[in-house]
Amino acid sequence: MKRAFWIVGFAFLAAGSVGLADRVINGHIHANYGSIVTWGLWVAAYIYFIGLSAGAFLVSSLVYVFNLRRFESIGRLALFTALVTLLLALLSIVFDIGHMGRAWHVMAYPNFKSPMAWMIWLYAVYFAILVAEIWWLLRRDFVRGAREPGWHGHIYRWLTLGSRDDSDAGQARDRRRVRVLATIGVPLAIMFHGGVGALFASVAARPHWHSGLFPILFLLSALVSGGALLAVVATIFQHGLKRNRDTVLALGQVVLALMLLDVLFEISEFLVAFRGGIPGEVAGLKLVISGPYWWVFWGWQTVIGTIIPILLLALPTRRDPRWVSLACLLIAAGLFGLRLNIVIPGLAVEEIRGLGQAVASMRVHAHYFPSVTEWLLTAGIVGLGLVVFGLGEMLLPHSDGEVGHVPVR
Amino acid sequence: MPANTLFEAKRETATVTEAHEGGPSVHEMSRRGLLDHLTKIGAGALAAAMSVGGALPAIARAQAAPASPRPTRRKFRYGMVIDTRRCVGCRACMVACKAENKTPPGVFYTVVFDHVIEPRIDDKPLFLTKPCFHCEHPPCVDVCPVSATYKREQDGIVVVDYDRCIGCRYCMTACPYSARWFDFDENYPAVEQETRYAEVPSPEYNQFRRRESGKSPVGNVRKCHFCMHLQDENGEYDKAAGRWPACAKTCTGKAIHFGDFLDPESEVSRLVRERVAIRLKEELGTEPNVFYLL
Repeated sequence: MKRAFWIVGFAFLAAGSVGLADRVINGHIHANYGSIVTWGLWVAAYIYFIGLSAGAFLVSSLVYVFNLRRFESIGRLALFTALVTLLLALLSIVFDIGHMGRAWHVMAYPNFKSPMAWMIWLYAVYFAILVAEIWWLLRRDFVRGAREPGWHGHIYRWLTLGSRDDSDAGQARDRRRVRVLATIGVPLAIMFHGGVGALFASVAARPHWHSGLFPILFLLSALVSGGALLAVVATIFQHGLKRNRDTVLALGQVVLALMLLDVLFEISEFLVAFRGGIPGEVAGLKLVISGPYWWVFWGWQTVIGTIIPILLLALPTRRDPRWVSLACLLIAAGLFGLRLNIVIPGLAVEEIRGLGQAVASMRVHAHYFPSVTEWLLTAGIVGLGLVVFGLGEMLLPHSDGEVGHVPVR
Repeated sequence: MPANTLFEAKRETATVTEAHEGGPSVHEMSRRGLLDHLTKIGAGALAAAMSVGGALPAIARAQAAPASPRPTRRKFRYGMVIDTRRCVGCRACMVACKAENKTPPGVFYTVVFDHVIEPRIDDKPLFLTKPCFHCEHPPCVDVCPVSATYKREQDGIVVVDYDRCIGCRYCMTACPYSARWFDFDENYPAVEQETRYAEVPSPEYNQFRRRESGKSPVGNVRKCHFCMHLQDENGEYDKAAGRWPACAKTCTGKAIHFGDFLDPESEVSRLVRERVAIRLKEELGTEPNVFYLL
């Protein structure tokens, strides 16, 4: 399992380097988005990754804020997953902007009327909280590991940042700090990911996005995808099912409940729009269910990403962690279809009819399919995530259970 | 590199007259730098063309007068009234705009639609030319994460600061009228093959940028700015002198009327008063400054 993980990781990374070279050398010329469908695969990837990050972080808060012991064994994994996926999200969006070298403008000249500016600032805070939380969680293990000889100890000595205290009292103090940070992190995660939903929802020009349900749907699907991803991660890493069996089963049930709620919200969105029947508001949804990419919705998102996993999680297979893990993998993959179906149909409706016919240009076209470069670069970002996650999992101290025995007041 | 000296010159002036919150604004620019630049690249043809078009006298005047601080109160409300009954769908406006602003393929500051209403119950064709509407409440402006696009206080023209814009394209999603275009670094053959035409800079925002791969406005969002570079130092246009938005100047059927809505006696004010004018997507509350006569 782990070997397959590494092979996929490095293969994707290699493919991504080709896409990266093309993006850096030739800019956006080989990307297939244009001036009608102006956001494409990279933006979908970005909201997918940031959803994973928010979801994984919120699952970790079950441990560090709400003290749910059942998920203790994946607390560290969840935080590390949140950190890695946050980096992937930021990478995806940086490659999408026209002038990558100007990304700092958002920090230097923010316009706080713009949800996008808010988002970037909140990510910065979130990033700091994640790093601090992870460091305090691992600090004692770093201190202890630093005494070991060899390169492992060397890395740990560097990671202690000079701290030498390995007492239980120090550990308890760390845990209190972690708890404070995690508690700040919960509303923050809700804000920034609800904010991503609001970034889309507040665009009145795009009826497909312009709905009060949207930010809530973003949060729900973030929780679903984050929880599902963690179940998969816990199956593969840190002694896998030998240790995490019960956690995976429990996560499966949490994911099932959230998934059902998510489906309910989606149904509401469709029902209200179609019964209302305003052409502009239905246009995007019609593209979703019967446009050129109907199969993304029906095949990928609905059958593979929703119906099969719900059955696996509800039928007696729910008691077998391998089936649960498979169901969660399908959910995590299926939600990428949902992300694509948010970004692209929202844009692929001509705002004024006949725009595509008015000028002959491949950039002025309501049809969009990602280019080779877009796919390669996205694969590379996934590959980078797998490799960074694998390295971190290998190098960083594992939760060995003793962390959980320190009482938190 | 000539383009760089241009930008630096622009920044110097901008720091003196900085009024737009947080940085240099696009319309501030050293005219002396421009002339030097033109001489350097030997764009004699352009200089000649500009003197015919009336841009050169304006530049000369601006050069003589000291740069005045940017006015902060609204002096003009520029807009258009487009008479669809006079539009024959010749698309001369699109061509004139391209010739004036040197926009690359895929970037169209104005577009002529002929399938807006389809199927029609009668057999009358309806053509609709659509520049940026320079809305009173532009949704594109609020979403810009870096305030690179803004509505100018003095005349309501919605502009893009090419040096500030990061190219996130959020404004393009927010514009209900598809008035914004991303510059993908595509070029017409004349530019690609580095003919003399490639040497001619675009007069946009009086910045006279030469097209260079990877340099703004490549990678930026671009839009109609009512040919703002043709304004004189008081921010006024002059139809008789040819300092008039290219599309309106060239319109074969005289369908595109341009002017100041704050002036009750302007042609556009009169047309809106006397005829039945509509604006697109009123329900969004954007209040476009471009009206259509049906």
